[in-house]
Amino acid sequence: MDTIAIPAINLAVIAPEVVLSVVAMALLLINVFVKGEQKGYLGYLSIAGILGTLFTLIPAWGSSVEGFSGTVIQDNFAIFFKVIFLISAVMSILITDKYLEREGCNQGEIYPLILFATVGMMLMASGTDLMTIFLGLEVLSVSLYILAGFNRSNIKSNEAGLKYFLLGAFSTGFLLYGMALTYGATGTTKIAKIATYISINGVSSSNMMLVAGMLLMATGFAFKIAAAPFHMWTPDVYEGAPTPMTAFMSVGPKAAGFAAFLRVFLVAFAAFKPEWSNLLWILAVLTMTIGNITALYQQNIKRMLAYSSIAHAGYILVGFTAGNAVGTAGILFYMLSYAFMNIGAFAIIILVGKKGEENNNVSDYAGFGYKHPLLGIAMCIFLFSLAGIPPAAGFIGKFYLFSGAIQAGYIWLAIIGVLNSAASVYYYLRVMVFMYFKDPVEDFAWVKLTPAFVICLLIAVIGVLVPGVLPGLFLELAQKAVLM
Amino acid sequence: MNEVILSLMTFLPLLGVFILLFIPSNNHGLLRGFTLLVTVLTFLVSIPLATGFVTNADYQFILNMPWIKAGPFRMNYNVGIDGISLWLVMLTTFIMPIAVLSTWKAVDQKVKGYMACLLLLEVGMLGAFVSLDLFLFYIFWEVMLIPMYFIIGIWGGKNRIYAAVKFFIYTMVGSLLMLVAIIALYFKGMSAGVTDFSLLNFFGLNLDPVTQTWMFLAFALAFAIKVPMFPLHTWLPDAHTEAPTAGSVILAAVLLKMGTYGYVRFAMPLFPNAVEKFTPLIATLAVIGIIYASLVAMVQEDVKKLVAYSSVAHLGFVMIGLFSLNQMGLQGGMLQMLNHGVSTGALFLIVGFIYERRHTRLITDFGGLSKQMPIFATIFMIVTFSSIGLPGTNGFVGEFLVLLGSFESSLRWYTVVASSGVILSAVYMLWMFQRVMFGKLDNPKNQKLEDLSGREIAIMLPLIFMIFFMGLYPKPFIDRMAPALDKVIQQSRIRPAIAATVQPVMQITPQGDMPEGNPAAPEGQPAMPAGKPAGHP
Repeated sequence: MDTIAIPAINLAVIAPEVVLSVVAMALLLINVFVKGEQKGYLGYLSIAGILGTLFTLIPAWGSSVEGFSGTVIQDNFAIFFKVIFLISAVMSILITDKYLEREGCNQGEIYPLILFATVGMMLMASGTDLMTIFLGLEVLSVSLYILAGFNRSNIKSNEAGLKYFLLGAFSTGFLLYGMALTYGATGTTKIAKIATYISINGVSSSNMMLVAGMLLMATGFAFKIAAAPFHMWTPDVYEGAPTPMTAFMSVGPKAAGFAAFLRVFLVAFAAFKPEWSNLLWILAVLTMTIGNITALYQQNIKRMLAYSSIAHAGYILVGFTAGNAVGTAGILFYMLSYAFMNIGAFAIIILVGKKGEENNNVSDYAGFGYKHPLLGIAMCIFLFSLAGIPPAAGFIGKFYLFSGAIQAGYIWLAIIGVLNSAASVYYYLRVMVFMYFKDPVEDFAWVKLTPAFVICLLIAVIGVLVPGVLPGLFLELAQKAVLM
Repeated sequence: MNEVILSLMTFLPLLGVFILLFIPSNNHGLLRGFTLLVTVLTFLVSIPLATGFVTNADYQFILNMPWIKAGPFRMNYNVGIDGISLWLVMLTTFIMPIAVLSTWKAVDQKVKGYMACLLLLEVGMLGAFVSLDLFLFYIFWEVMLIPMYFIIGIWGGKNRIYAAVKFFIYTMVGSLLMLVAIIALYFKGMSAGVTDFSLLNFFGLNLDPVTQTWMFLAFALAFAIKVPMFPLHTWLPDAHTEAPTAGSVILAAVLLKMGTYGYVRFAMPLFPNAVEKFTPLIATLAVIGIIYASLVAMVQEDVKKLVAYSSVAHLGFVMIGLFSLNQMGLQGGMLQMLNHGVSTGALFLIVGFIYERRHTRLITDFGGLSKQMPIFATIFMIVTFSSIGLPGTNGFVGEFLVLLGSFESSLRWYTVVASSGVILSAVYMLWMFQRVMFGKLDNPKNQKLEDLSGREIAIMLPLIFMIFFMGLYPKPFIDRMAPALDKVIQQSRIRPAIAATVQPVMQITPQGDMPEGNPAAPEGQPAMPAGKPAGHP
């Protein structure tokens, strides 16, 4: 037994998390003094906070610093993911204000909650100890439960919050149980030490406790990233949650789930790779196929995007199954581009929607492209990118993910992937069919296009097109951020 | 200067789109005029390609710049043309102003979007023809889909949504599988020292036959959908029937050529073993396509659908020509691609003319139009003859070379069956012509029809000129494509070590005779001066 020593405190490693937490707590206090109609300013303050966090984060690129006795690490992998989280947070905050005003639930607490959720995600990406990852996950999840049910007066939002809470708690249980068993088997919760333990003691199937621990953790993570067959909560939660929060949830937390999932499995369970890649193969195929086929039948656009986000988790799992540098870089690049295209699409959904979450059916988009030509083009760009058609970033991402799989020899997985991708084209096109091929049925009574929305959409369009046409730089960064 | 011509040509229409965005959308005249100007400029820019082309098998006007560099991947912006792509590029730039002119009256709603789509489409098509980098090619190949989807879906006929979505998804499935094959090919190549996606890297690879089979299947499927080959052709009649005139013209003249071009450029030279293995299958499908499409065309009520099915039959001939893998066959196939572009493009324009006047395309609604519209009748007749392949018109040269070439190859018996397609095409085209143009002018609505306007005649004249020029004097075209095609033949046969024992029957005509002794076109030589090779007015 070691003597209890005070661990070396290296605040620099968690500087971004600290900054963001402080900003969030300050906002909670400031919120008390801000009048109802001016709550939107809190959003700008939180964006300022996020930009500050980015400034503490970016200089750390290229280095790999551990802190707190190796429970957190600031490496390229973590930084890349953190940038994705921060971008998704900024974009979601930009579209939150007017939405809350329209829905009549303009509570300032939403901004600190988003920031706390982001802190949780950042901890998950940085965590090199199962406990840190779990802590991050809890901070994230608890904030998300509230965010999902944030629209108190809306029964669907309530349902979403409760459902997310129940299933989330359940899945956290799986994860924690898996961590406990892994600890029991290896005697440590540090990811690197688990890897050492396995490499010393060899991969023996007799160590059932370890295998069970790994499987339970895989289940827990699969819940978090909404992989089939653990995806059941997603459509209801995504549909019921306030739309800006759906946008946020479908990107940030999913990326965070993948970050932790990747780190645990690529590092700690590296020796089990042949086993878990078989498992992930099945998960990937199921997730893509179920997500896409179910999305084909959706009339509600939020539900459609929910199933589409399940399918996208499936594509990412394809890269994960490959487990090589190309596949992992593909995941990083894809999550980044997914943030832009998905939040962009949700921003437009908010604009088209009406109070009480109405106008969310695909048929409500009839003639949208003519009423608002520029917004129509933007929506087309997002949808084409989601469908993976060049020259959008979504294509490059898919190219990279499937390349990883092909390089690792999973040709059939790649073929199933592209066929899924072809099927997905149908439901994305369907939105465009309504936008351009049908005549408008009624006027849109919609949210005013505020500067915040314009900025969000601009970021999204640039974020889809630039990495789509000139992906070199972004791919190079992603390559540098892989865990190997 | 030479290096930038291709890029300038490819992206000029894109620049046009950006400028188009700033033209007020209710100023239809300016929108149309500007688009016409852009397409004409693009054509002018492309002329030096034909005049400056040095007749050899090499790629020319090459521009090769690094584009993406990440991980194991190197993609270059690598463009260039050889004798094969030269003419397809010229065909594209030549047909585009005509397509734009054809929309002058037909499209009066959302003109801006329409013109933008046409220009974007041109970017995609030209880009795909000039790309020498597999990845770049794939990008342009996919980019083409988007504007065409909107052209059919927004400005099309009654059933347009179904047709547009079907078009998109059919093409998408094929091309995504091709993408998998491209990536797999790259990784295969990497182990043999390939460092980027440049096409030239992959020609020399000695892939094992099993790999070749799978990759060929993936490429061939993508291209077969685009050609389209039986039984993957079902999207075509829908797309053609529903598309507006300009859409049909471009679809027939250029987009379908993407498929056959893909075979010549990629599928055949990259996978010689697989070509040998699958030649009988592809020839069978092509022959079935010819006969089946001709029979179906015969019973069509709708003129446009008839022309659409005739496309399937014509491209069947192209495929047979290509897979006969000898000089005449390939030259015929290539020439037939160009011919089909000109004559079927012209046919769709003609269908467009009468549709604009009567808003119907049913054969039974017409009859006796020749009395009312003599100029129209003459033009229609010339185009019909060209489509049938009457000697003196372009159709004859291509079809004749294809049949001759394939008869000399291992596909002899397929040729015999395919030849009946020539007769069938005369049957359905002439029968349709007779029912539309001759007989009694008994429908009162037809009695007031006006003959072609100046604009419409101006659209048709270049096409008529090309019909005769290529029919009487195909030499400039064949000369320039011959070396590149010879190279394709050489690459598409099994590598030398085993090649000696295979396919001895192919070379009955001695190689050296071909360029000057074109058996198809001796009668034409005195009639036309050996003018500019491009031959455009």
